[in-house]
Amino acid sequence: MSLDTATVRRVASLARIRVEEDELPRLQSELNGILGWIEQLQAVNTDGVEPMAGGGTQALRLREDRVTDGGIQQQVLANAPDAGPEGAAVFFSVPKVVE
Amino acid sequence: MTAPTDFTIAEARTALAKRELSATELTQAHLSAIEALNPRLNAYITVTPEVALQQAKAADAALAKGEAGPLTGIPLAIKDLFCTAGTRTTAASKILGNFVPPYESTVTANLLRDGAVFLGKANLDEFAMGSSNATSAFGGVENPWKRTGDDTVLVPGGSSGGSAAAVAARLALGATATDTGGSIRQPAAFCGIAGIKPTYGRVSRFGTVAFASSLDQAGPMARTVEDCAILLGSMAGFDPKDSTSAQMAVPDFAAACARGVKGLRIGIPKEYRVPGMPAEIEALWQQGIAMLKDAGAEPVEISLPHTQYALPTYYIVAPAEASSNLARYDGVRFGLREEGSDLKDLYERTRRAGFGDEVRRRILIGTYVLSAGYYDAYYLKAQKVRALIKRDFDEAWGKVDAILAPATPSAAFGQGEMQDDPVAMYLIDVFTVTANLAGIPGLTVPTGLDSKGLPLGLQILGKPFDEETVFAVGSALERAANFTATPSVRAAA
Repeated sequence: MSLDTATVRRVASLARIRVEEDELPRLQSELNGILGWIEQLQAVNTDGVEPMAGGGTQALRLREDRVTDGGIQQQVLANAPDAGPEGAAVFFSVPKVVE
Repeated sequence: MTAPTDFTIAEARTALAKRELSATELTQAHLSAIEALNPRLNAYITVTPEVALQQAKAADAALAKGEAGPLTGIPLAIKDLFCTAGTRTTAASKILGNFVPPYESTVTANLLRDGAVFLGKANLDEFAMGSSNATSAFGGVENPWKRTGDDTVLVPGGSSGGSAAAVAARLALGATATDTGGSIRQPAAFCGIAGIKPTYGRVSRFGTVAFASSLDQAGPMARTVEDCAILLGSMAGFDPKDSTSAQMAVPDFAAACARGVKGLRIGIPKEYRVPGMPAEIEALWQQGIAMLKDAGAEPVEISLPHTQYALPTYYIVAPAEASSNLARYDGVRFGLREEGSDLKDLYERTRRAGFGDEVRRRILIGTYVLSAGYYDAYYLKAQKVRALIKRDFDEAWGKVDAILAPATPSAAFGQGEMQDDPVAMYLIDVFTVTANLAGIPGLTVPTGLDSKGLPLGLQILGKPFDEETVFAVGSALERAANFTATPSVRAAA
């Protein structure tokens, strides 16, 4: 499978990464180089093999469904991009999304 | 007398306990070494002298009262992927901007509980994605080793390149690091030091910036195997804040170093003899086999038939998980923000400006392999091959107690070499990715020098949660190899 420029553009949009038109050819060739190399996995017979999703063999623990922290608004907001020099912001702000 | 920066952690503990030097003196010696050499090596992104001296003062008070912990007064470098409350944590990325965590990672909290001193935050590949430390937004790291009669600047390996260079150049007694595909074991080999990636689940991932969550595992780097065991004993342990943390007691790893290898069966995987592997690596491996045999172990040839598929499997699984983990960097709640005409434009401009080339490449690969129509062909297929790679090891454990293999297919290479072809760079991790995919422990031990005077390492792989045998074999190899060479760029040289 080889990616065309339209697919590279679509994947970049899905990943929310801006790609300039003049970057597309190089990116396309790099991604195709990597995907071409990955293609060798198709040669492995995996019939009847259960996919391995996690890194450990232990079953994931369940925990009691209760609030374990909170009341730390200032800490949560302390690194907000628009916190300003005077300290934490009061909200996270984004460009207007409702007309 | 040994310079304080040349101490092993075990020696430093004894010297501190006997009050032959104070924790403040030991810390100051390292801070002076950093001041002298870090402008050149760039092993630290952030140096924290005030924090370190304050912690050293507290260590001296604890020592005076006879209340020392296992690491009281031991100066360490902390990979800048571990969140440290109040100290900027960058993951070597522009996108984290001036992020100052309000909380402490479990690993660093455990080290502080045991009395450690933090000298600063060590350089790394951006988000730990790389094998040469070249992708750091804060610049590359110089390997303190040089080829004989040649001043070429060599890479320290990656992603924990700053941690490895700091320990090798005597700018720290030990360091924390993380390993997703070889990021502890490969730089340890390139810099002539020891480093262990523990079993998945042995060390908490809480507060460590995530790359690929099913592969990421933190571990220590130090100049001896025993020092790694001491550090791991402190870093490891059950943590309710990490759902994949193993509910298991932490054994006495340092005690295991003295066990010896008499009667142990050591697997020699024939598939690790890869095409194009330099004769020097093969010779080193044979020497390692002979050393363990002399120490009483029995080498056994084994087969791990899916080894050749480990790297392409890794380069589906790791980018897929990364594309998901790195979705959180959106310019809204923390880190860099680039303004945009609407919300999507803000996201896209922020992520374009904040992530470097390699990180963007991996996010795109990950997004593609997870996207509708390709998920089964790539991601699900990779998860199945991963299961087969793990099965190879499970079958091997029926025949052997541990496995000996090379750590890397070459010694350290020059800065700028191998930067043009992403796949060529990926191949450096050929011997290390298997342990991450299977979730097993792996330890690099410096074992010899190549013909140009650069360090080479061998790797011991072990059964899940059997780091003790790994340490026993590693220590035996270390004693036999008697690696005493030092890099030309180092403190007190």
